[in-house]
Amino acid sequence: MARWLLILTLALLGGLGHAKEAVPASDDPALEKRMVRIAAELRCLVCQNQTIADSNAELAVDLRNQVRTMLKRGDTDQMIIDYMTARYGDFVLYRPPVKATTLVLWFGPAVLLLGGLVTLYVVLRRRNRLAADQFEPDPDDAPTDNTTDTTRSSTPARHD
Amino acid sequence: MKKLKFLIPLAVFLGLVGFLLVGLGLNPREVPSPLIGKPAPAFDLPRLDDPSQRLRTEDLRGKVWMLNVWASWCAACRDEHPLLVEMARQKIVPIYGLDYKDTRAAGLQTLSRFGDPYVASLFDADGRVGIDWGVYGVPETFIIDKAGVIRMKHIGPLTPDVIRNKIEPLVRQLNG
Repeated sequence: MARWLLILTLALLGGLGHAKEAVPASDDPALEKRMVRIAAELRCLVCQNQTIADSNAELAVDLRNQVRTMLKRGDTDQMIIDYMTARYGDFVLYRPPVKATTLVLWFGPAVLLLGGLVTLYVVLRRRNRLAADQFEPDPDDAPTDNTTDTTRSSTPARHD
Repeated sequence: MKKLKFLIPLAVFLGLVGFLLVGLGLNPREVPSPLIGKPAPAFDLPRLDDPSQRLRTEDLRGKVWMLNVWASWCAACRDEHPLLVEMARQKIVPIYGLDYKDTRAAGLQTLSRFGDPYVASLFDADGRVGIDWGVYGVPETFIIDKAGVIRMKHIGPLTPDVIRNKIEPLVRQLNG
């Protein structure tokens, strides 16, 4: 009996806590949806790995209110994004624009991946050729790098 | 030369270590402000000590001034407060305060307890002017030149080093 009471109380309390979190700040659901969509594109500068939509930091609450105010007065999404970047810089955008200072950010990973693939290809091809060379009796013809140095010293021993 | 090829991965690794070491020393909270080199955002705010008096950006045109964003609830502001008082005593640059998201009573109490380094403190109750100035953490400090252009922004509490090596030379240069 006591256990059931406890479970019931906890369930009710849980419901309360939840209701407290989801306070709609505007009575217009369409506007609220637009606000969340814009806020989800903006980084919260206080807690940098959260968007303004996710964060409960005071600044994020203020900025969400600012987005609401601007939407109510009929501003476009782009005007709101511009307003934020004029004050906080490209850093607030989760998808920063492609320009000279963000080139490395945008294309760096792809360039690194491509470089890795090219290196892998070159190394594999060289190794492929090396395998054929190893059948040649004359060790002096083999490319002089580290790996062949060790085989050179061990193969004559096997021949003997 | 070819023998040294095995050193390439080591060199790449050391390069990476170098980048990471530099990265460790950087502060990710210091987001460069796009407002530097731009005209200071306009405000028209009541004074903290006297709501009937208002101060506008235009009123400060023609002189080099410093805007220090502070609040009574901000612990880091307490750290820099003695430095501001000292700056005011030495008359390095006129300091204007922006009391950010505070209550009038708490703000005034802080000033009477720890000293008032400000020529005037503006009262930004809802933080709207703070947003216009791109404030995202308190304290923040701006230096504005005679033409009303923001020349420097410092995020976080001021240090003696920042005042001596950045603010003082900049103010001298702007006044010169």
